[in-house]
Amino acid sequence: MKRLRSAVELEQLRVKILNERKPEKPCISICGGTGCHAYGCENVAKAFKNEIKRQGLSKQVELKVTGCHGFCERGPLMVLHPQKIFYQRVSPDDVSEIIAETVIKGNIIDRLLYVEPVSGEKAQFEEDVPFYKRQQRLVFGNNGLIDPTNIEDYLAIGGYSALSKVLFNMQPEEVIEEINKSGLRGRGGGGFPTGRKWESCRNALSSDGIRYVICNADEGDPGAYMDRSLLEGNPHSVMEGMVIGAYAVGAHDGYVYVRLEYPLALKNLGIALGQAREYGFLGQNILGSGFDFDVKISRGGGAFICGESTALMASLEGKVGEPRQKHIHTALQGLYSKPTNLNNVETWANVSLIINRGADWYSQIGTEGSKGTKIFSLVGKINNTGLVEVPMGIRLREIIYDIGGGIPRGKKFKAIQTGGPSGGCLPESLIDLPVDFDRLTKAGSMMGSGGMIVMDEGTCMVDIARYFVNFLTEESCGKCVPCREGLDRMLDILTDITEGRGKKGDIELLEELGGLLKESSLCALGTTASNPVLSTIKYFRAEYEAHIREKRCPAGVCKALITFMVDSEKCTGCGVCLRECPQEAIFGEKKKPHTIDQSKCIRCGLCRDSCKFEAIIVA
Amino acid sequence: MIELTIDGIKIKAEEGTTVLEAAREMGIIIPTLCYHPGLSPYGACRICLVEVVKGNHSSLEASCTLPVDQRQVILTNSEKVTRARKLIMELLLSSCPNSKTLQDMAANMGINKVRFKIKDRGCILCGLCVRFCKEQMRSGGIGFVGRGTSRRVATAFDVTPEECRNCGGCEWICPVCEKACMADSLIDGLCGGCQNLVPVETCLVCTGCSESVGPQGHRVY
Repeated sequence: MKRLRSAVELEQLRVKILNERKPEKPCISICGGTGCHAYGCENVAKAFKNEIKRQGLSKQVELKVTGCHGFCERGPLMVLHPQKIFYQRVSPDDVSEIIAETVIKGNIIDRLLYVEPVSGEKAQFEEDVPFYKRQQRLVFGNNGLIDPTNIEDYLAIGGYSALSKVLFNMQPEEVIEEINKSGLRGRGGGGFPTGRKWESCRNALSSDGIRYVICNADEGDPGAYMDRSLLEGNPHSVMEGMVIGAYAVGAHDGYVYVRLEYPLALKNLGIALGQAREYGFLGQNILGSGFDFDVKISRGGGAFICGESTALMASLEGKVGEPRQKHIHTALQGLYSKPTNLNNVETWANVSLIINRGADWYSQIGTEGSKGTKIFSLVGKINNTGLVEVPMGIRLREIIYDIGGGIPRGKKFKAIQTGGPSGGCLPESLIDLPVDFDRLTKAGSMMGSGGMIVMDEGTCMVDIARYFVNFLTEESCGKCVPCREGLDRMLDILTDITEGRGKKGDIELLEELGGLLKESSLCALGTTASNPVLSTIKYFRAEYEAHIREKRCPAGVCKALITFMVDSEKCTGCGVCLRECPQEAIFGEKKKPHTIDQSKCIRCGLCRDSCKFEAIIVA
Repeated sequence: MIELTIDGIKIKAEEGTTVLEAAREMGIIIPTLCYHPGLSPYGACRICLVEVVKGNHSSLEASCTLPVDQRQVILTNSEKVTRARKLIMELLLSSCPNSKTLQDMAANMGINKVRFKIKDRGCILCGLCVRFCKEQMRSGGIGFVGRGTSRRVATAFDVTPEECRNCGGCEWICPVCEKACMADSLIDGLCGGCQNLVPVETCLVCTGCSESVGPQGHRVY
């Protein structure tokens, strides 16, 4: 491929690509995201390839392995374009039938359709699935249309048109103005206005004129994977955003700092970079505009703290990844003490959208202080696990019930934790809270990078707080005392409470420590680390008190405080629990109520999970 | 020159100085552990916290890394500051109870109980030794290893490196590695010996010689 030398050449190439493509030609799009990989989508894709070859349909049918579609709960997923017929839980055995029936004859295979669990309605097309229906997938929706290893797919949907618009028709200041006007705020957690960050980076003094842009892809929150899915599924959208950003701030070197644990993202990003250079979207004289910019990939070493901007830059420089005080912003003095503009993957992916469709259009979406859409990873005790993109200001209830399909097994909703490990747990009374940066912070939680963990009535909030504090204790860099020692002592107290050694004054001491962390830690990891504890105390104080005063775990989770018993009226003596018990602590004759030997019981809960008659009581 | 207010007194400081330096210039006492005038500021121990007042709200900042700014209003001894410092001191004591420096500081702050589990790590990870080795001795033989509570000061792969010239600077600058107190066991995390209960006999001029401190206090020269 010859490098493109002008905007005209790019448009000519786009026309050529589109002319070669026939929109009416059937195209099987298989989700190749990491979630579907775990379900074995690779075998499905292979089976399709073989079947298409065997039937000699290579010219009539197109096969595409794309990035994550989002509905991870029902993988492996496939969508047949152009009709957008949606099949879920596809196995290699279904492949020949799909080709013969659906692709060739156009008949729907009933058993592969998605069935709404509550109403029992079947959805034929992707847009009919309730999970997708309520979403507004502006950034994430293209994943299903693109083979991430093929730049032409991205060009076919208008890719890099924003870049050529910026390079040839806009001054850097105009670009910044446009981003400012759009109201875009950083999607990585801080929520800092992106335009303002770009502006201060552009205006910052640099003795030799060197500036950097960085893409922060060190996504470490447990249960959050939107950045990974964007990098895996649509790496060019992130690249395009970065080149535009570099042009706006006047940078010629960029870095993508990717987590080591994201091999597929690394691979797809590497391929995308190579192709972007080949086509002339990166490197010297981009699209013949005279602007030079290139990107290097840097792999993280597995430390959560390196998602913090100053720690990330220290790590990029080859130093120990620990944060520094940010009295001087990284936009003024960042990487190698040069003005540096760092944005998160999702923020970068929003940029080309804003340039293409205009700040006025973009700022209509969302709430007053938070514009646009946000991708959340909806996980935990929820029917439809997956990635959802919704406009800011949507209510939690809509996300949980309309998109997420509610809580499995008819259990009651208890709390939702937003914003990753340092976010807070919001109770049912706040379920109608509109989701945006400011409202979440006001409620004692945060937007964070967009993790959402749903909890049902079987979740112990003290145990949850302990879990997150444990994670943060290990992942704190250990530099400043409040975070390192404060979290460690908080963990001690929480462990004591969950193991029945809680004492009077513990809650107050936790609150005091939490306040200290908030006020005096060095970086944002420390200042937000007490959120899970403080928010659970705020909204679920009675549960803490039950643990401490009555030595009782109301949710039946904390092992030291519970006993498992058999309800002799409900027990049918089926013997399932007896076989499941790893300690052989359950005994009893067939068809007669069983009993549990408390001295042997290790409270693993396998009996409760295996019992179909709900005959195991936890008290 | 930059004009700012510290504890109600308007002062001028040169641009580029820190609030800690400006306050000390005025004779205001701010306790420090990880700060040393000959080394780059680090901001890890947080004991030098001061309150920065901005209109109706205020925040706590480590004064050793906080640059002076026009019309800044600083409180070095407000209730918010002392409360935070005391809790940090408690945390430090619980992780390094045998340090005379810490025990003395705690006594000065009026701490009479440590409410946390004592986990003697023998080091407060202030990083003075690491910076001294690198910045003053130009060696860089020691550094931090690990993160979170497993963070420690060590040489690479725990082998004495070529860079180490055995200068002893790391030991000299360490605020906590004096010989451990030989007194009776700690009461609520506090030594209760020299500063708290028994009148102490000290040298006329205390040079902070780090001599062994028993129930009798410093050795008198």
